[in-house]
Amino acid sequence: TDVIIESSVGYFTEGPERKDDIVKAKQEGKELTKEEKQRLRKEKKQQKKSKEKKDDKPSRDSEKEKKPASAASPAPQTPTQPPAQKAPSAAPAPVPVPASETPSAADKPAKSKAELKAERRARQEAERASKGKKGDVGPQAAPGKPKAPPSELQPVVKRLPEHVQVDNPEVLKKLAKKLERQQTPEYNAATKIPLRSDYGYKVSLFSHLHQYSRKAPLTQQLGIPSTVIHPAIVRLGLQYSQGIVAGSNARSVALLHAFKQVIRDYTTPPNEELSRDLVNRLKPYISFLNQCRPLSASMGNAIKYIKKEISNIPSQCKEEEAKRKLLNCIDCYINEKIVLAAKAIAKYSIEKISDGDVILVYGCSSLVNHILCEAFEKNRKFRVIVVDSRPRLEGREALRRLVQKGINCTYVLISAVSYILPEVSKVFLGAHALLANGYVMSRVGTSQIALVAKAFNVPVLVCCETYKFCERVQTDSFVSNELDDPDDLIVTRTGTTQLEHWQEVPSLGLLNLVYDVTPPDFVDLVITDLGMIPCTSVPVVLRVKNVDQ
Amino acid sequence: MNEEELVEYFRAQMRKDPDMASAVAAIRTLLEFLKRDKGETILGLRESLKWATDCLTGEDSSVAVSSGGELFLRFISLTSLEHQDLSRCKKVMEERGELFLEKISMSRTKVAKLCHTFIKDGAKILTHSYSRVVLRVLEKAAAEKKRFSVYVTESQPDSAGRQMAEALRKLNVPVTVVLDAAVGYVLEKVDLVIVGAEGVVESGGIINKIGTYQMAVCSKAHNKPFYVVAESFKFVRLYPLNQQDVPDKFKYKADTLKTVQNLSEEHPMIDYTPPSLITLLFTDLGVLTPSAVSDELIKLYL
Repeated sequence: TDVIIESSVGYFTEGPERKDDIVKAKQEGKELTKEEKQRLRKEKKQQKKSKEKKDDKPSRDSEKEKKPASAASPAPQTPTQPPAQKAPSAAPAPVPVPASETPSAADKPAKSKAELKAERRARQEAERASKGKKGDVGPQAAPGKPKAPPSELQPVVKRLPEHVQVDNPEVLKKLAKKLERQQTPEYNAATKIPLRSDYGYKVSLFSHLHQYSRKAPLTQQLGIPSTVIHPAIVRLGLQYSQGIVAGSNARSVALLHAFKQVIRDYTTPPNEELSRDLVNRLKPYISFLNQCRPLSASMGNAIKYIKKEISNIPSQCKEEEAKRKLLNCIDCYINEKIVLAAKAIAKYSIEKISDGDVILVYGCSSLVNHILCEAFEKNRKFRVIVVDSRPRLEGREALRRLVQKGINCTYVLISAVSYILPEVSKVFLGAHALLANGYVMSRVGTSQIALVAKAFNVPVLVCCETYKFCERVQTDSFVSNELDDPDDLIVTRTGTTQLEHWQEVPSLGLLNLVYDVTPPDFVDLVITDLGMIPCTSVPVVLRVKNVDQ
Repeated sequence: MNEEELVEYFRAQMRKDPDMASAVAAIRTLLEFLKRDKGETILGLRESLKWATDCLTGEDSSVAVSSGGELFLRFISLTSLEHQDLSRCKKVMEERGELFLEKISMSRTKVAKLCHTFIKDGAKILTHSYSRVVLRVLEKAAAEKKRFSVYVTESQPDSAGRQMAEALRKLNVPVTVVLDAAVGYVLEKVDLVIVGAEGVVESGGIINKIGTYQMAVCSKAHNKPFYVVAESFKFVRLYPLNQQDVPDKFKYKADTLKTVQNLSEEHPMIDYTPPSLITLLFTDLGVLTPSAVSDELIKLYL
């Protein structure tokens, strides 16, 4: 598709001697040669640059989004994105990056330099991508440009092959103009994936992260009907941003179910291959979801898996069969990595729970709750202390689930943790992700609990499925995190709301962090579906998994 | 072979060569069992080998016997057993078994070769109880014409330390026997601490004669290196979180487990040393840090 656009653009700007070659190549269905493609790409970029200089804020906004994305792309995720990837290599860079997309040039002052650098990098990447790849890498040259173009322009492109008339330059001119006009909506945030704007004053240490308000959901900026994004995805995005679906496992499972719906409703356009087109289709969805709420590590891994499965579909496969295969793959993934893994982890954990234990849990981890319920069913005698913290107060949900089962529970807030720890015999924690250097990324407050437990010599056990292992390395909680709505910290007590007008106080900033990172020295044992491993053995598991795949 | 014959053979092996590790004797017994087994299926063979290992752990409850047995089983079944008849399969398994036995007989020599370089001339070494691997290491160091002196703890309740002291005197190494309670006192004089292990657990910690944990904590406080020497068949798939978490079947001698009702009155024979207190482990797989043990275990068992 993109080849065709390019060729038409090239057609438009270059002399008649080139047009014959290009048209001939296209009509024969052959690929353009490397040089032709590069030339076309350069033309396109020059065009865009001139347009950029004309356009004002709206274009800059969308550029801003693209630049951070591209700037972040060479960063941590390069090991997991082998540069010789088949699908557009530049474009997927921003997509599966969990939260590292967010820490980028959202700062105003450094923008211009970052912009230039990112542009240069984008050009290099595009050129690298053009080497020996099939034509549909094309004008994903501006990496991070939301993947709306392929799907949006699809209807026009479909007609293009029939309407290319070698001897009628006017028709082609008209067509090219139309395409350009269609491209301008990209610079207008309203008609494609909208850019969510930050809200409120951000604490300077975290100014590189996005901070959104829950009162301004992304969907307000989406037109109805949204042709770009599937309604199941819109619903999912809303559920994420409003906190209706929360928790690492729940989010991943919801994502996979939404993708199943997308696959069911998908039909391959006539000149496209399912394996490539579907991946491109998923890209705007993923960037939309990312805008609603930054992707978690588990979601990132799930997306990587789906993309791999889709691109591995052989081209002879009929659409129905391919779709069935994909749906099956997703079901298997959910079953193996989440459901069965939970069973395996429960089996190992029950060995570690002895009669008379006092177990401390923090927040609401679906896995830890499952383990405790299983252990209780196997008639282990223990009691649980649930530690909770504002503003999410997730511990109440955990408390509800455990008490329903009949487990003896105590509820405290995190400020009382050093008071209660002498009674505790074990601490069970859930994890959002396990990083490659052995650090555990989990809900904010976890590292505090681990620290205090270590001081009291209480063993800390982290339970985590292997699909949450990620290849990122992080040693502190600042570099990459998520900032939640600061208005959540406002609380009304006995009629007075203290922080109601916090925005008016210029020196006041509210910080609502979501995750923090626990060093491996505080963790005694990690229970995964592969067995019990020390925290430092995460890279071994990653290595073994990669070998398997 | 039934249970009695098994146990008798095992005891005979132990008597024949007192220098041999109990795990090696167990593996020899298992090999003999395999040769004499009259089973008809591979699965049945594996089941009976497991049963034999259990019998042997009933006789000698050390961690190494159970880990050795499990590793033996894994090693011999890790080949392709796609042959036509059972006898050929059995032959393959027996050959593998012999190979395994050969490898582990060499393990102590390998360990000694790795470790003796860490003993410098004029060093003062502290060790705990009677460990044949440590003895071999010190033999090698003495053979390399190094001058060193050794402090050995008495190691109650069986005074095994005195046995170690005797053996060292035969090597003309100056040795002093100290009380178990004097470990903290003597640590400021020593340069390094070397102990053996009965089992190496998944976390990288070790299970060894009671008193080892104390020694490890004291050496950490004094900033002295704490080295562990162990053969690779002692790697076991256990992950204790603290002293209580070590299964009872390893803590007490086998006959105590059988006869005594209330175990809480018995004194445990072993304790668990967490990996944070260990500097290095010398094994026939190489010199490992405690965190690398898990890596090796994954390779051995998975």
